[in-house]
Amino acid sequence: MFGWEFPPRMSGGLGTACFGMTKALAGLGHRITFVLPHAGETSAAPFLVLVSASGISLSGTDPEEGETELLRRLTVHPLPALLSPYLSADRYRDLFLSGEGRFRDTAAVYGPDLIAEVTRYGRAAGAVARRLSFEIIHAHDWMTAPAALLARRISGKPFILHVHSLEYDRSGENVNHQILEIEREGLGKADRIIAVSHRTKRMIVERYGIPQEKISVIYNAVTRAEAQRVYRVERKGDRKMVLFLGRITFQKGPDYFVEAAARVLQVLPDVTFVMAGAGNMMGQMIERVGELGIGNRFHFTGFLQGEEIERIFSMSDLYVMPSVSEPFGISPLEAMMYDVPVILSRQSGVAEILKHALKVDFWDVREMAAKIIAVLKHPVLAGEMAEKAREELLKIRWETAAELIAEIYREAAASAPAP
Amino acid sequence: MPSLCLYFQVHQPCRLRRYSFFDVGHVHDYEDEAENHRILDRVAQKCYLPANALLLKLIEEQQGKFRVAFSLSGVVLDQIERRRPDVLESFRRLAATGCVEFLNETDSHSLAFLFSPREFRAQVLLHRKRIRTLFGKDGRTFRHTELIYSNDLAKAVDKLGYAVILAEGTEKILGRRSPNQVYHPVGCGKLKLLLRNYRLSDDVAFRFSEAAWSEHPLTAEKYAHWLHRIGGEAAVVNLFMDYETFGEHQWRETGIFEFLSALPGEILRHPDFFFQTPAEVAASHDPAGKIDCPGFISWADAERDMTAWLGNAMQQDAARSLYGLESAVRRRKDEGIFKTWRMLQTSDHFYYMCTKWFSDGDVHRYFNPFESPYEAYINYMNILDDLSQSLKQKKECIHDRDAQTLPL
Repeated sequence: MFGWEFPPRMSGGLGTACFGMTKALAGLGHRITFVLPHAGETSAAPFLVLVSASGISLSGTDPEEGETELLRRLTVHPLPALLSPYLSADRYRDLFLSGEGRFRDTAAVYGPDLIAEVTRYGRAAGAVARRLSFEIIHAHDWMTAPAALLARRISGKPFILHVHSLEYDRSGENVNHQILEIEREGLGKADRIIAVSHRTKRMIVERYGIPQEKISVIYNAVTRAEAQRVYRVERKGDRKMVLFLGRITFQKGPDYFVEAAARVLQVLPDVTFVMAGAGNMMGQMIERVGELGIGNRFHFTGFLQGEEIERIFSMSDLYVMPSVSEPFGISPLEAMMYDVPVILSRQSGVAEILKHALKVDFWDVREMAAKIIAVLKHPVLAGEMAEKAREELLKIRWETAAELIAEIYREAAASAPAP
Repeated sequence: MPSLCLYFQVHQPCRLRRYSFFDVGHVHDYEDEAENHRILDRVAQKCYLPANALLLKLIEEQQGKFRVAFSLSGVVLDQIERRRPDVLESFRRLAATGCVEFLNETDSHSLAFLFSPREFRAQVLLHRKRIRTLFGKDGRTFRHTELIYSNDLAKAVDKLGYAVILAEGTEKILGRRSPNQVYHPVGCGKLKLLLRNYRLSDDVAFRFSEAAWSEHPLTAEKYAHWLHRIGGEAAVVNLFMDYETFGEHQWRETGIFEFLSALPGEILRHPDFFFQTPAEVAASHDPAGKIDCPGFISWADAERDMTAWLGNAMQQDAARSLYGLESAVRRRKDEGIFKTWRMLQTSDHFYYMCTKWFSDGDVHRYFNPFESPYEAYINYMNILDDLSQSLKQKKECIHDRDAQTLPL
C-alpha cells in the first residue's frame, strides 16, 4: 500500500482514512506493507519505533487487545520524501526553500518542485516492489500513482487507485495541469479505482472520461477512539460555540462560514465562532472578519493536532462543514462522536450517507445562517440530532469498508493477466 | 351471519411552504398553495374521481346490498370545496344513494384531544355541522385522527352523543380476543366500539402489489374466500383503510380497481355475508365484551401508539408550543389567525418530524415533503415564531387605536 501518515496526527484527511482502512484490513487477515513518505529526522523516529518494536500500539497508548496481532501483519517502510497530503506546488516550494527537509545521511536531495519530487518518490517507492512479494498494489491519491505504476511494471500485479480527492476538488477550475496529467494517467492506467463517494465517482467519469465500470464506491468511515476519549463533554450553557475545523483553503469554503457567522451574530450576538486549522486563505479570513466587525466573536486557533482536536470538539455546540467540493469528509463523523450536531455542505460525499445531519448548499449563506440559528436556538433539535447521529455512527465502520475493499482485491487478483 | 364493514379515510394535509428564520416578522402566509393544488389534483385524478365513480356503479349494481363509509377530514374538505367542486359532487352523489355513511372526526385532523379538551370538542362539533350541511345527515360514528384511541377519548365521544367509535384491533387491547366482534368501551354509556381487522385491511392497503408477498397476486376471489372462511365465529369484519389505497398507494396498473370492482360480487356469493356501515353494525349487534384501553393506541406504524407524532423531543416541543398559543389566539378574535392556528394543528406536521423511520429509509419517506425531520421541525418552529409575534404585535396596535378614540 502506498499511503500516508501512520499514525495520523490531524483530523480527517488522507492519513486518517488510510490508517482506519489499514487497521481494518489487517483485522481481516490481510498482510500489508505500508510505504509512505516522511521528511526530516524528527518525524522519522516514531516510525522506526513502530517498525522495530512490536507491542508498541499503533494508537500511541498501550496496545489494545488484538492490536499486537495487527502489528504482526503490518510492515511500515518510510522513505525520505518531502511529500504530504494535499501539498500544493506553492507550499512545496516554501518547504523546499526553508530547508525543512534535507537528507541527513546521504548527499541526495529532494526534487526542486512538487512534480519533480513526486516523480523522484515514484522511482524510489516503486522500486521497493523489487524486494517484496505481494498480490495487490493499493495507492492513495495522485501523488502515489507514479510509484504504483512502477511497482506494477516490476511485479505485474494489479494496481488499485483509491481516490480521496481530485484536482478539481482541491483547486476548482484553477487546476495545476501537471498535477492533472499525473492524476489522469493514474486513473487511466489503474486496473481498478475506488472512489470515496458517488459524487467523486461521477467526477471521475465526467471529467476524466473513465468508464464507470472500473470505479467502485466505498465510503470512508471513522475510527473509534473511545479509549482515547479523554475529554468529557465540556459545553456550558451560556456561550454557544460553532466550529469550523479543516484546512483554511478554497476547497473547504471558509469564506462562506465567515459570511454566515456574520449573519448569525446579527441575530444571536452571544455566539462564538471558531476556525480551527491553517491554510493559504487564513490571512484573507482574518482580514474579512475584521472588516465585518466580528473579530471579538471569532477565534483562529491555528493548526490543531491530536488531543487538541478532541478538546475542541468537546467544547463545541455545532460543527459546520461548508466545503465547496468535498469528496467525502471524515471530520463531521469525528464531531458526531463527540455528540456535536453537524451542518454539512450538500456538495460533499459524506452527505450521501448521513441522515441525521442538516444539509445546505455551500453558497447559500442565508440558509446556512438560518440552520445555525435553528440549532443554537432549539436545544431539542441539537439533542435529537446528536442522539440519532450517535446511532447512525454505529453503522459506519471501517470493517465494512475493508470487506468491500477485500472484495475488490479478490476481483482484481482473479482477472490479473498471468505474468 | 357476519357483516362486512368497509370504511375509507379521505385526508390531505395543508402543506407548509419553506419558511426561513429570516422570514419571521416579514412573511405571514405559511401554506404552499402550489404544492397543495398539485397534489390535490393528482389525487383527485388518480383516486377520488375514478374510485367514487366505481363505487357508485357497484352500489347501483348491487341494489343497496353494497354499503360503505367515508370519513372526510375538514382539511381535505377545505381544499375540495375551494378547488374541486367536481370531487365534492361525486361524494354527494354517493351520499344520495343512501348506502354511504359519512363519519365525524376532528375538523383539523388534529391531536387536540391530548392538549385541549375545549379545542377538541369545538373541532368535533364543527366537523359534525359541516358533514350535516354537505351530506344531509348527522354523524353517528366517530373516528379520531389516525384512529388514536383511549378510554378517556371514548368517554368524551360518548358524551358528545355518538353511537359508535372506531379503533385499531391491536392485541394490546384485545388480548386473545378477536377484532371481529362489536365491543363496549369501559366507562361509557351507549357507545359501541368497532375494531379494525388490521391483517385483512393491510393485505389490501399495503401488501396488494408486493410481488414478494406469499399471497401475491391477490384476487377478489381469493380475498372473499378468506373472509368467508372466518364466517361462523365473526360478528363483523372491519376493513378500514386509507381511500388513496385505490389509485395512489396502489397504482391503477396493479389491478386494484379491478379488485375493488369484483369484490362486492365475490363476497355476496356467500348467502350469509352482507355489507353494513359502522352505524348499522352498531345498531344491529350487541357488544361481545368490554375493552379497556388506559393508554393511547393508533393505527400508525408497527408500534400502533403515539410515537409517530409525539415520540421525540422535537415533536413534543412543537406541539406544546402550538397549543401554548391557544389563549392568545382566542383572545385575538381574528378569524384568519384562528384558521391558521387550526391549520397548524393537523397531525401530519408532527408526523414529518418523526425520526424513528428516518434511519430505516422506510416507505413513509414518500409522504414527507421535507428533506429530513429536522428540517420539518425547524420550518414549523419558524412559522410558530412568526405567528406568536403576530399575536403580540396586533394587540399593541389595538391599544393604540383605542387610545385614539378615547374622548379627550
